[in-house]
Amino acid sequence: MLRFLIRRSLGAVVILLIISAVTFFLFYAVPRDPALLACGKNCTPDALEVIRKNMGIDEPVPVQYWHFMVGILAGREFAAGDCPAPCFGYSFANQDPVWETILDRFPTTVSLTVGGAVVFLIIGLGAGMIAAWKKGTLVDKAFSSLSLVLSSMQIYFIGPLVLALVVYNLNLLDQPKYVPLTEDPVGWFTGLLIPWLVIQIIFTANYTRLSRSSMIEQLQEDHVRAARAKGMSGKYVFFRYAWRGSLIPIVTIFGVDLGSLFGGAMITEWTFSLPGLGTLAVNSVRNTDLPMVMGVMLFAATFIILFNIIVDAAYAFIDPRVRLS
Amino acid sequence: MTSSSQAAGAGADNPGPGGEADLSSTRVAKDGEPAGRSPGQLMWMRFKRDRTGMISACVVLAFFLIAALAPVISWLYGKDPYTRYGQNNPELLNDNSYPVKPNGGIDSEFWFGLEPGLGRDVFTQLIYGIRTSLSLALVVTLLSVLTAIVIGVAGGYFGGKVDYFLGRFTDLMMSFPNQLFFVAFTPVVAALLVDPRDEMPTWLRSCVIIYVMWLLGWMTLARLLRGQTLSLREREFIEAARVAGTPPGRIVRKELLPNLVTPILVQATYMLPNNVTAIAGLSFLGVGLLEPTPDWGRMFAKGAEVYQSDITYMFFPGGAMVIFILAFNLLGDSVRDAFDPKSGR
Repeated sequence: MLRFLIRRSLGAVVILLIISAVTFFLFYAVPRDPALLACGKNCTPDALEVIRKNMGIDEPVPVQYWHFMVGILAGREFAAGDCPAPCFGYSFANQDPVWETILDRFPTTVSLTVGGAVVFLIIGLGAGMIAAWKKGTLVDKAFSSLSLVLSSMQIYFIGPLVLALVVYNLNLLDQPKYVPLTEDPVGWFTGLLIPWLVIQIIFTANYTRLSRSSMIEQLQEDHVRAARAKGMSGKYVFFRYAWRGSLIPIVTIFGVDLGSLFGGAMITEWTFSLPGLGTLAVNSVRNTDLPMVMGVMLFAATFIILFNIIVDAAYAFIDPRVRLS
Repeated sequence: MTSSSQAAGAGADNPGPGGEADLSSTRVAKDGEPAGRSPGQLMWMRFKRDRTGMISACVVLAFFLIAALAPVISWLYGKDPYTRYGQNNPELLNDNSYPVKPNGGIDSEFWFGLEPGLGRDVFTQLIYGIRTSLSLALVVTLLSVLTAIVIGVAGGYFGGKVDYFLGRFTDLMMSFPNQLFFVAFTPVVAALLVDPRDEMPTWLRSCVIIYVMWLLGWMTLARLLRGQTLSLREREFIEAARVAGTPPGRIVRKELLPNLVTPILVQATYMLPNNVTAIAGLSFLGVGLLEPTPDWGRMFAKGAEVYQSDITYMFFPGGAMVIFILAFNLLGDSVRDAFDPKSGR
């Protein structure tokens, strides 16, 4: 287990290095004048000068990259002031430190993601299991068709519709907003309820289908049928034998989904104007705020890779036959 | 094989009892017996019997026809997606520049109403928007599928070092946060080509979107094809071809690829709607195609701005998108069933 973790972590570091290099070189090396790109449409000569100085453009690109990477690990001195590790530089748009901004936005994204994941796991796995249990009946067909229709919905369509209905017509809830859980648990819950319910629609369908088909497959396995033949109760076999086996494909997909959601559920956050990483990324891109985009990008990539490792490790717990080597 | 010749005689519409089982075995035609149908014909026969599949295929086809014929339709309809009817004719929009008539200004002249603000015609906007989005998505899908075939088959067939490096490359591309990558790189790549202070021509921006999405769109299929190729490579018919001295290029073209058509087609039917929604998502976030090019996704951005006062505007692009994606998903399932009846649902 330990060797597996060490090996995978080393691999992850290599991949992160490559991603950071690719992103860095694309942003800073390829444009004819990166300062101009960073400065955006309404650029004044003064602003351009400041950005040039901040970017250290007079140095060769590999040296710039080296400074950037050293900055992440050990901190770095800027004209604007000292930047402690991990230093991702300062925003071009408002001179905020990138790392602090990311940390500030991250709780919103985590709340949105975790809440949404709880909702889609419960509904998706539940519906999938019931559909598998009642395979071929009306219930099964209803669940399958419903999940198909839901999976065709888009957040940017359904989000405003739900808002118009629940917030503006029925006045049941307020406009979604993020309140830290520690400050006001009730406000946190009601503020994020609509985003949770909306973000789950694109995932639930997938999980329903997957858990249904993998459950059906498991129920036909020899060991499950043997357990039934021995006279064990249907419920016990269903949950203790088949369910556990059916989790493997779900864990895989879940790890991938959660990893990329942590990197910012852009469309949902944007639809509901929640100040998470996704909104941060979109705004930075629209202002061509390169250090910020770069920071969010690396942060998101780290989560994707991290969750891939967690998924692989989780296999061993679910299915003892899997050897991590 | 008697039953298969009966089925052939009875014609495609009446495959007879037990048709399903023997159809899949007809692939192996016996010597001199003309009963063998090509896998393509078999697939088509099975597909024709699937009513959901046929209906969704018609819907999808209708969308492509609308997209292709958008100029003709708007010519017949007598409007275009650029003219600001609402601003030219002050009776159409009120002081807050929302349509005067109820339901977003729907009437016999403007079938889907008027766009709040600029007062453009929603119907032509939508059909031209569908045209833009579908053509972009189609190109992205084609490029991704071709890349996936090259990389997947090369990795699986040659094995060894080639496979190792292509595999690592695929893994690397997969760990890029792709939604974020699309959003972040579209402006950067655009800036490579055009000075950031200048306006960018629409075709160039489309190319950028296509390029960025293509770059990160091929990995899943490539992995799938690599796995399939790996197992096919060890099969007798490939070995026989190799022993007979067939050059590798010919083995790939004549022996491997025909066996990979099923996963390729099935995956492509899942990829295309995903690309449509991803492109629409880019426009929704404001980094896709820009005004005044009509675009499906940008209509959602506009709809999200005005939904509190004029929710009708959102319904047309939204409804069209739901129907399109639903039809395409159903089509994907039917195509899979038709190709591979064993998989079941």
